[in-house]
Parts: sequence; structure tokens; C-alpha cells
Amino acid sequence: MSKSNFSRRGVLKTGAAFGGVLAAPTFFTSAANAFTNAPGASSVTFGFNVPQSGAYADEGADELRAYQLAVKHLNGEGDGGMLNTFSSRALDGTGILGRKVEYVTGDTQTKSDAARASARSMIEQDGAIMITGGSSSGVAVAVQGLCQEAGVIFMAGLTHSNDTTGKDKKANGFRHFFNAYMSAAALAPVLSANYGNDRKAYHLTADYTWGWTQEESIAAATENLGWETINKVRTPLGAGDFSQYITPILNSGADTLILNHYGNDMVNSLTQAVQFGLRDRQVNGKDFQIVVPLYSRLMAQGAGENVKGIFGSTNWHWSLQDEASQAFVRAFGQEYGFPPSQAAHTCYVQTLLYADAVQRGGDFNPCAVAEALEGFEFDGMGNGPTLYRAADHQCFKDVLVVKGKDNPSNQFDLLEVVDVTPADQVTYAPDHPMFAGGELGECNPGA
Amino acid sequence: MFGSKISDTTTLILFVIVVALIPLLAAPLGAGYPALMQFFAIFGILAIGFNILFGLTGYLSFGHAAFLGVGSYSAVWMFKLLSMNVIPALILSILIAGVFALIIGFVSLRRSGIYFSILTLAFAQMSYKLAYSVLTPITNGETGLQLALDDPRILDSARTSGQLPTPNLFGLDMNATRVVDVLGLEVQLNFGYFFSAAFLVLAFWIAMRIFRSPFGLMLKAVKTNQNRLNYTGVNTRPYTLAAFVISGMYAGLAGGLLACMDPLAGAERMVWTASGEIVLMTILGGAGTLLGPIIGATVIKFAEAKLSKFNEGVVHGWFDFLPDGLADVLTWVVAKFVGDGWHLTLGLVFMLVVTFLPGGLVEGARRIGGYLGRRGQKEDLEQLGSNVQGGKTTAAE
Repeated sequence: MSKSNFSRRGVLKTGAAFGGVLAAPTFFTSAANAFTNAPGASSVTFGFNVPQSGAYADEGADELRAYQLAVKHLNGEGDGGMLNTFSSRALDGTGILGRKVEYVTGDTQTKSDAARASARSMIEQDGAIMITGGSSSGVAVAVQGLCQEAGVIFMAGLTHSNDTTGKDKKANGFRHFFNAYMSAAALAPVLSANYGNDRKAYHLTADYTWGWTQEESIAAATENLGWETINKVRTPLGAGDFSQYITPILNSGADTLILNHYGNDMVNSLTQAVQFGLRDRQVNGKDFQIVVPLYSRLMAQGAGENVKGIFGSTNWHWSLQDEASQAFVRAFGQEYGFPPSQAAHTCYVQTLLYADAVQRGGDFNPCAVAEALEGFEFDGMGNGPTLYRAADHQCFKDVLVVKGKDNPSNQFDLLEVVDVTPADQVTYAPDHPMFAGGELGECNPGA
Repeated sequence: MFGSKISDTTTLILFVIVVALIPLLAAPLGAGYPALMQFFAIFGILAIGFNILFGLTGYLSFGHAAFLGVGSYSAVWMFKLLSMNVIPALILSILIAGVFALIIGFVSLRRSGIYFSILTLAFAQMSYKLAYSVLTPITNGETGLQLALDDPRILDSARTSGQLPTPNLFGLDMNATRVVDVLGLEVQLNFGYFFSAAFLVLAFWIAMRIFRSPFGLMLKAVKTNQNRLNYTGVNTRPYTLAAFVISGMYAGLAGGLLACMDPLAGAERMVWTASGEIVLMTILGGAGTLLGPIIGATVIKFAEAKLSKFNEGVVHGWFDFLPDGLADVLTWVVAKFVGDGWHLTLGLVFMLVVTFLPGGLVEGARRIGGYLGRRGQKEDLEQLGSNVQGGKTTAAE
């Protein structure tokens, strides 16, 4: 093997590559469609990308149920659920623009790489026109970026990080779920009323985008009340065992533990915190308290007895008495035999909102859909009057502050709503420091 | 005049033809979409590189994913800072991964056998932890490093206008795809795939040259008996270190290409299970053979993409014709092996292959070739299989 051979071959190869590029720069770009995955005349495909394994698998399973229910209702099967209470009457149960709704599912594994690979296969192989799903903000941010590049709409499912519609917002991405800032803004008055303004807080935080922004938001809100932040400790996502993080709290002088965890992480950390006897302690002459900023019924179910009396916030709860919530709970209950979680609710609503936007705009083109969704005001989806803000594609609506019920009447009746914080109390400017740094950019129709 | 045997040239030509036809061959299997085909090529490169270390020297690195991750991060940073052109990104990926491999290899290669594996594993886990949490400003932690509209991009910032740019080769986007209709079959010709495939062919050719070179022979000697070499006065360290660095640069190239196809670099790319997957690919296909690792990578990526997509509902559909009770039982059993449980299937297949076909799928193919009575012919696979070491090659004799 001599050197000249190698370079000759190299030169030939490079030459061929460059030649190919120069000769046919347009060969690979086909402009058959106006936008990515334009649907055929009879059906349209959605991509449901949810965690089916990992720390958020329970949430993912419930999201999938909600998506399947939404597809049924869109196609005119079942009792129609929230289609009957939705303020926009564009959808009539005959699919979307006369096309039957079909779907494909994927497993995000709660990992950005896997989620993007799964979303790409749905877009490139199955022709999905819209991707939706969530349960981890890291994944949601990653998939939202992918959808922006591919030119499809991303309807975020459960993602609570400020970044999703903050510094990582994208023109093709939309979020109905509330966010960490809203949680903190809604929780602060309740915490102040119940626990006073003189507390020392210790944070345990899931180490990724959601945890970071959740910690930042709740720390800022509680420090405004006069609380002192003793320490902020990051724990890896899906850690399983939190004892090594909980023991130091005992000697830290803190009298309040704020658990910025979600899913199985929260179930484990809360259970272990209670097992370590934190809640039985007296520190600084006060009862030790635990706060879980983002709550869900699935987590309450997992943590069982331990959630009693613990405050948190939630996007929606099945015990709400408005007509829309009741219609959804009834439809979901008939299908699956138990009430839906907040994850299921937001995913169901997002699917309907997308379908409605297409129907109203009369076009599947992502740019037309985005236009129809921006600034859209609606009601009858279980959260009261809601606005899809055009500036950052975030929904603004009331936030529920909930508490673990002391005497649950059944296995699903675990949380009680203690306060409904009105939307204008949790509204912030689009350029708020916690959300600044990103740009929406322009909508991308792909192709 | 190329110094390689005719059969090597033939193999290379056949290889190029198969690689070029992958979009057509994969389409009927539902695997003909760009993302998956790109994975075939990129993980093929990764496995070839791993095989240069493991297949030739016998040093089992359990931390190769670290180089993959490093390559991805380098490439994405190049996209963010300099230009969306893939050439500088790939050059930096290979260089940085090479430097990493030099450092890790310099330390790890002081030991051999299991101690070497544990050292590389430790280094890889360290890199993962650094990327996941300590170096968050550089790696963006669990969320992964992504492009943003306000990145500097010194060389081509003028091109971006409210739209995230895509990685390209002098203006030709990696995600440019032309859909061609072949006999009613939609074949997706994706530029990114052909770009990666060109690197795969190049990587394959270089590996072939290394296998046939005196350097390769020395590496094989290290695998056979390193002590004997040392006693005869040969210092093996430079050879093993060179193999380790080459292998790391292959992984860096693969990582860079991954970022070119989809500009995101996540920490989980470096986690130890990702390293384990590379080992699986190589052994499943056939360690020490030229084609084996590529076949292993293709099979595993295909199975991952397909099996993980089947959920319980799909499985139930297969057994619909059976009585209800039986269908439920079968669904329950089979569903454990697909969807998120597809690793169970992988484990089973891997176990069977290692037990009955120690030479991997390549040995299997060769045995089948033998049974079909083509033993006398000049069989490509046989030629390649001649590198399988150990006494399990009876079928070819």
C-alpha cells in the first residue's frame, strides 16, 4: 500500500462527490407538494409520540388513551365528548375536512434521541401531518425542534417547562398545558396563607429543562413571599432511589421541602421523604412541610397515603363540575372505566384544537393551521375561557391549586381543589426574563 | 496495483451496489425512509470502526459511545458557531473524537482484558455524567444541544431568516428527498443517506486495507498472543493505541454524521447501554469479519425501528382469527417481546447467535452457503469469513 494510491483514490472519490453535487444540485429536491405530508382525499394521519417506557410511562399510557378517544370522537364514534361543549362548532364528527382520522404511535422512551427517531419515522414513513405527545419537557423541546425542521405541526402534550414556549419556542409548536411560571404564581398565595412568610426551603430538582425552570420559578415566587432558599439539589431523571438526596435535608435547617419532580420520580422521592420521617419533624418551631409544585392524579395514586395534605398545582382535574369536564370524564370513563388524568385531558384537547384549526382554516398546511390557532379564543374545554397567545403559542387559562385529600372516598378521589387561580393572575409578558432568549421564527410548511 | 486481491475489489464493488440499492431494497420492508436508512449507514460506520479495535486486537472497549457523543456535540457546535456546511463539522468531529480516544486509550491500554473494558466503561460513564449534568452550559444536559435562531454562525448567518437552517453540503440540504415511483413502490432517495453511504463505503474500504496490511497483521498477532509478541521484543502499545484512535475517529465520524442528519446531540447517546449496543452489533454480525459488523448494525437498527413500533393492539390484530381466550394469551406473551420489550427479543436472538453461531450472522450465512453445495465456488462471504478466528469454522473446511 503506497501513499500515492491512497490519495489518488481519495482524490477520485472527492472529485466524484463534488462532481455529483455540481451536476445535479436539484435532483434530490422534489417539490411535488406545497407542504410536508399533504394528506390524500380519504384519510389523514396523526403521530402520537408518547413515553411507553421509563419514568413517565404511566402518563404516556394515559395520554395514548386520550388520543385514541379523541380520534374516535373526531371520526363520529362514541358520544362526542367535548366536541359537544367546545365553543367552536366547526367539527361535526365526520373527520377533518371530510377525511377520516388515522393515527400511528411511537415510544419516546423519555429520551430526546429516541423520541426524535420515533417522530422521524412517523413523519417520513407513515406520513404523519401532525405530531403530538409529551410527558417530558426535554423530549417535547427536542421533538418540537424536529417538527419545525420537518415542516409539520407539533401539538405539545404534557410539558410544563417554561422553555417549551420560552427560549425554545418554535413557530410550528403549540402548547395547551400550563407551565412552571404559572404553577409558581398560582401556588405562592396559597403557600403564604397556609405556611406563612418565614420559611426555609430546600429544593430537590429533576436535572433537565423542566426541573430547572420549575425550580427557578418556584424559588423566585417563594423568595418574593419572604422565604429563604437553603439549597437546590439536582437529581438525575429516573433516579429511582432518592435516599442519598434526602438524608442531607435532615441537618440542613430547612423546614420546607420543595420536590421539583414528576411522574415516578415524584412518587419515589415523596414516598422516601415521608419514610425518612420528614413530615413528623419540627424545625425552627414549625411543622416540616413538603410542596409538590406540579401534581397529577396518577402520581397521587402512586404515592398513596403520602400525598395527604400536600399542596401542588395542576392543569385540570376530573372532579371539576363544569359541563365540558363532565362530558370528557363521562366519555373517558365509559371507554376505559376510570377517570382521565390531566395528561390525558391536555392531549385530548390538543388533538381537538388541531382538528378544529384545520377545519376552520380549511387547509392542512401547517402555516394555515398556525394562523388559525394564533390568538384563538375558546371555551368549553374544561379550563374556562382560554386564549392561545400568538406571541409564544402558549395557552392562558385558570390554574388549579390542589391538595392531597385527607379522606378520599375512592381510589381516584385523591386531590381536592383548594383554589382556582384566574388566568390574568398567571399571565406574564412574552418577554418575561424566565421566557426570554428564543424566537418563534416563521412557520415552516416543509417540502 | 491496488495491492488487494481481486476478490476484495469484487467485494467492494458488490458492497457499493448493495449500499446504493438500499432505498429500493428496504422500501418493501417498510424500512425505506431516510431516518432509518441513515441509521443503517451511520451505525455501520460505527460498527466497522469498533471492529478494527475489537475484531483485530481483541480489546473489548465498553465505552465507544463516548466517542459517538463527542462527535455529535462537536458537529452541533460547529453548526452553531461556524457554518451549516457539514464538512467543517465532520472534520471537527473526527479530530475531537481522535484526541479523546488518544487520551482515554493512553490510560486504558495500560491494562488488557477485563480491566481494559472496565476502564473504558468508566471513562464513558464519566463523559456521560459530565455531559448530562456538569457541563450543562456546553451540552445543554438532558434536553440535548440544539440549533437556535440566534446562533452566531459566522460564515453563513445571512442565509437564516426566521427559519432554522438545515445542515447541507454546499447548499444541498441533508434532508432533501426525492420520491421515485418504482413499480408502484414509493422509493425515497434521500441525499443524507447517500452522503452517509459514501462515508460508509470509504470506511469499509479503509477497514479492508487495514485488515490486509502489515499493520492489521500485527493487530491480529496482538489478539492471538500479546505476551509472545512482547517476549520477542515487539512493543505492542503503539499498535493498539493506533487501533484505538482509529476506532475512536470512526465513532466520531459516525457521531458527526448523526448530527448532520438530525442536528441534535443528547447525552443519552453516550450512556453505557449505547456502548453495549455497539458491542452487540459487532458480535451479532460477526466480530473480526469485514461485513459482519455492518450486517449486525443493520439488523439491530431495523429490529429496533420495527419491533418497538408494535403495541398490544397491533399484536392482537395478528391473532384475531383465533378464539378469544387463546388470542389473549398469545397476545400477552408476544406483546412482551415487542414494543418497549423489544430488547427481550434482541437478548434472545443474541443468546442464540452466540451459542450456536459464535462467528455471528456472517458465519450463519456461510454455513447456509456450505449446505447449498456452493463450497467449491469462490464465495465472497467465505472469503470474508476466513477472518473468523477459532475452531468453529468447520463448515468452510
